[in-house]
Amino acid sequence: MTVLEPKTSFEVSNKGFYGRFGGAFIPEMLYPNVEELRQNYLAIMADPTFQTEFRALLTDYVGRPTPLFLAERLSNEIGATIYLKREDLCHTGAHKVNNTIGQILVAKRLNKQRIVAETGAGQHGVATATVCALMGLECIVYMGEIDMERQQPNVDRMRMLGATVVPAKSGSKTLKDATNEAMRHWINNPVDTHYIIGSVVGPHPYPDMVARFQSVISEEIRTQLLEKTGHENPDYVVACVGGGSNAAGAFFHYLHEPSVRLVAAEAAGLGVSSGHSAATTALGKPGVLHGSRTILMQTDDGQVTEPYSISAGLDYPGIGPLHAHLFDSGRGDFYAIEDDEAIRAGFQLSKLEGIIPAIETAHALAALPKMNLQASDVVVVCLSGRGDKDLATYSKYL
Amino acid sequence: MEAELTKQTNRITHVFTKKSTGLLNVYFTAGFPNLDDTVTVLEGLEKAGADLVEIGMPYSDPVADGETIQQSNMQALENGMTLKTLFEQLADCRSRVSVPILLMGYVNPVLQFGVEAFCQKCQEVGVDGVILPDLPLDLYLDEYEPIFQQYGILNIFLITPQTSDDRIRLIDEHSEGFIYMVSSASITGSTSGVSEQMLAYFDRINAMNLRNPRLIGFGIKDNETFQMANQYANGAIIGSAFIRLLQENGADGNEIAGFVRTIKG
Repeated sequence: MTVLEPKTSFEVSNKGFYGRFGGAFIPEMLYPNVEELRQNYLAIMADPTFQTEFRALLTDYVGRPTPLFLAERLSNEIGATIYLKREDLCHTGAHKVNNTIGQILVAKRLNKQRIVAETGAGQHGVATATVCALMGLECIVYMGEIDMERQQPNVDRMRMLGATVVPAKSGSKTLKDATNEAMRHWINNPVDTHYIIGSVVGPHPYPDMVARFQSVISEEIRTQLLEKTGHENPDYVVACVGGGSNAAGAFFHYLHEPSVRLVAAEAAGLGVSSGHSAATTALGKPGVLHGSRTILMQTDDGQVTEPYSISAGLDYPGIGPLHAHLFDSGRGDFYAIEDDEAIRAGFQLSKLEGIIPAIETAHALAALPKMNLQASDVVVVCLSGRGDKDLATYSKYL
Repeated sequence: MEAELTKQTNRITHVFTKKSTGLLNVYFTAGFPNLDDTVTVLEGLEKAGADLVEIGMPYSDPVADGETIQQSNMQALENGMTLKTLFEQLADCRSRVSVPILLMGYVNPVLQFGVEAFCQKCQEVGVDGVILPDLPLDLYLDEYEPIFQQYGILNIFLITPQTSDDRIRLIDEHSEGFIYMVSSASITGSTSGVSEQMLAYFDRINAMNLRNPRLIGFGIKDNETFQMANQYANGAIIGSAFIRLLQENGADGNEIAGFVRTIKG
């Protein structure tokens, strides 16, 4: 295990960097939009009226706090004490809504009339369409053409909520390309549009802003764990990482608690070396994508590689710059989980606890047997989303 | 001293001292439509009378580009184009052409190549300037400006209607060659016409008396838009319209000559 220097920081720097990752690598056409956000986001978020409105919506609309559930049968099976942070019980079925509520309130304070977003599995698209309906703002969601096919129910949900879903037909026709298209839309509509990025990716200040909105997850874990065990800190926090927003939220208040190991599960697809994988830290090297320097799957020539995972929410060729820094500094443990392992973990949780997890989330559960856990260990798994949207995939394994 | 010398002899700087209006900079994607077309198109453009040539380094995720240039990037990558191959293709281009050459692309392939190795190669093959839209100004100033200067490679910056006056002044101060004026808030290949807003922006920039000449790009597609650009700047940059020509007719010298003639009028 890498020994950390005591001064290692996991907070974003003034210039938007986490260690050597982050920054704002954006064309000039986006500079004013991103700069407007950068200059205002902290002040907006610190404003008491903003906090009151944000907290009220999290409580009354999202249904927070979400429970911290002691999964006894799973604990027996794994041989450690496993708590599940039930983000799957959020309105819309995943943690994504924590961020979209926060960002739409920011957008309103910046007088934006229209929202653009990208989506992979469709969870962020649904969460964005939901808050746009709530606030009466126009909503345009870019989604890879291939993802639209494999996540059809979420496409219908977004449309029912009044959003326009635009297929991204460039490149690999998945999340990366949907993000490109959303950025192009923002370039074309710089004044009246806010881009709600769904993960801790993109140019500064997005990774920091999204992490702060998602940090409610670890804020609640601390309180709930203290109530249940007498200790705020578990031994491990485990979450899946595509871009990494649920992980950033689950890790946030533990970043500077060295006794808490932070565990990230990436999607290995058909296997890390199979050529069909999305295990970014295993396969990538430093590079720039979607406005930030991060760890990136790419060719020697610097072309971004098309990732693969059974889960549409994890097949992203990069990770958020915070996670790149966690990996680089040794603060986080990264596991590569293959499709089959995730599916098995999804079935295991369903049968042991009566909870069908999203396939993304199942990757986090599949890391548990690989962690060499002791009977005395207390582990919190961020159960980031529910699996209803994945039934078509799961049913192939029934 | 050496940097001073290369700066003086830089072909981009030189072309603006010879001519202050009606300059045409034509963009095309390296390795498109066929891998080996790069130098053919370059020579065709020089013969046709292009004043500067901008060679696109294809990238998998060109966020500032519209569909036409995206497609050409994808085609070029499928053809096997890489930065290494491009430098090989350009290795003896200076025995054939004297037109100023810029490389345009995105920062990631350049970072993988190595910024210094990239600038060194540019100097070696006779590239005069670089346009990297997603290389942040502050990072360029903090880390890369001395390297670009050492090899005499001009880094061309973009400004848009939303760029603040203060930022334009800063960009002007650190620019050599010319400033790339993006005509409207858009990606490349936009079809919207000339608006009052656009003209007000051009007037605003003119009134700033910047030290660098300016070329207008994005939305330039025919003689009419080219002439409009000439009224407000030193010339224009045309990209998507030329890519469409290459897509339809291949790297044909006569077609290229006819295209440039039509644009210049």
